[in-house]
Amino acid sequence: MSAPEPLSVSLLAIVALAIATVLMRSVGFWLMAHVPLTARVRRMLEALPGAIVAAIVLPIIAKSGPVAVIAIIAAAAAMILRRNAFLAVAAGMVAAALARYAGI
Amino acid sequence: MDSKKINGQARAPYWSGAGVVEGAWLALPAMPVMAMFGAAFGTFAAQKGLSLIEAALMSALMFAGASQFVAAEIWSDPKTVAGVIALVVITATVNMRFVLIGASLHPWLGGLPARQTYPALAVLTEPGWLIAMRYRDEGGADSAILLGSGIALWLVWIAATVAGYLAGALMTDPARYGIDLVMPIFFVVLLVPLWRGPRPAIPWAVAGAIALIVAEFVSGSWYIIAGTIAGSIAGGFIDERT
Repeated sequence: MSAPEPLSVSLLAIVALAIATVLMRSVGFWLMAHVPLTARVRRMLEALPGAIVAAIVLPIIAKSGPVAVIAIIAAAAAMILRRNAFLAVAAGMVAAALARYAGI
Repeated sequence: MDSKKINGQARAPYWSGAGVVEGAWLALPAMPVMAMFGAAFGTFAAQKGLSLIEAALMSALMFAGASQFVAAEIWSDPKTVAGVIALVVITATVNMRFVLIGASLHPWLGGLPARQTYPALAVLTEPGWLIAMRYRDEGGADSAILLGSGIALWLVWIAATVAGYLAGALMTDPARYGIDLVMPIFFVVLLVPLWRGPRPAIPWAVAGAIALIVAEFVSGSWYIIAGTIAGSIAGGFIDERT
């Protein structure tokens, strides 16, 4: 940890990051007013949530190895059985902690 | 809830103050997860040497978990102009998925005045979006759901960041408690209710495969964008033959 610098510098940097984020949040919605929504575009949008999750999660699993696989399977199984997100995430984290404790 | 669908058609969109409150209620099930993830960020930020104020400001002003983790990872003191530009570019890249998420809201919110839509977009998150899309899927029409769930989750996020930061100052090995895997676990849990059989999941497989390949050869978080776009394009073509 280096010496603290004036908070104003950090604040400026964080504000810049916030502007970038708000822009990303707004621009897609704004663009849609100018792009016609065909059946194909609609199907592409419907495929989005799953595609985003898969694209974020799979490389993380690949990097984190068997512990991540065990945690994800535990969480998904709990979610399928009980449909309770809190329970499912807790199950995943407990599975990860147990797997690491077991030396996997 | 029975009046939400008329002849299978979603009702015309509108905005109401009551919808803000209902949105906050609908967000309740997502709050423990949001709190865990926010606390994980706070813990992570503490270990990366950010100050409590910096971590809390990131959560309050950015409110975008994945990009906050990445920003905290490459946060450095002292900051140079080039360093801040790099931070902004990387943040925009990680959050580029919001372009697509925001676009997906247009069929529902497109006809409403800007003052009712853009504030909701400012507090848009994946869980808030999934809550709103499920509500819309069930025939709901009040767009204020999005703002209500967004504000509720935003407050939880900030509080959890501070709590996690304070706890993180005491925690020596977060991996021991599975905290490093909170994000992928959370995302997969969100994915389960979206399962509609193997065929609609083909785009997910395409997205995952492309993301894996791009992550292997391209540094940074471009794999998220590449995988997402590939999956989305696959989704656009997949129903052509049925």
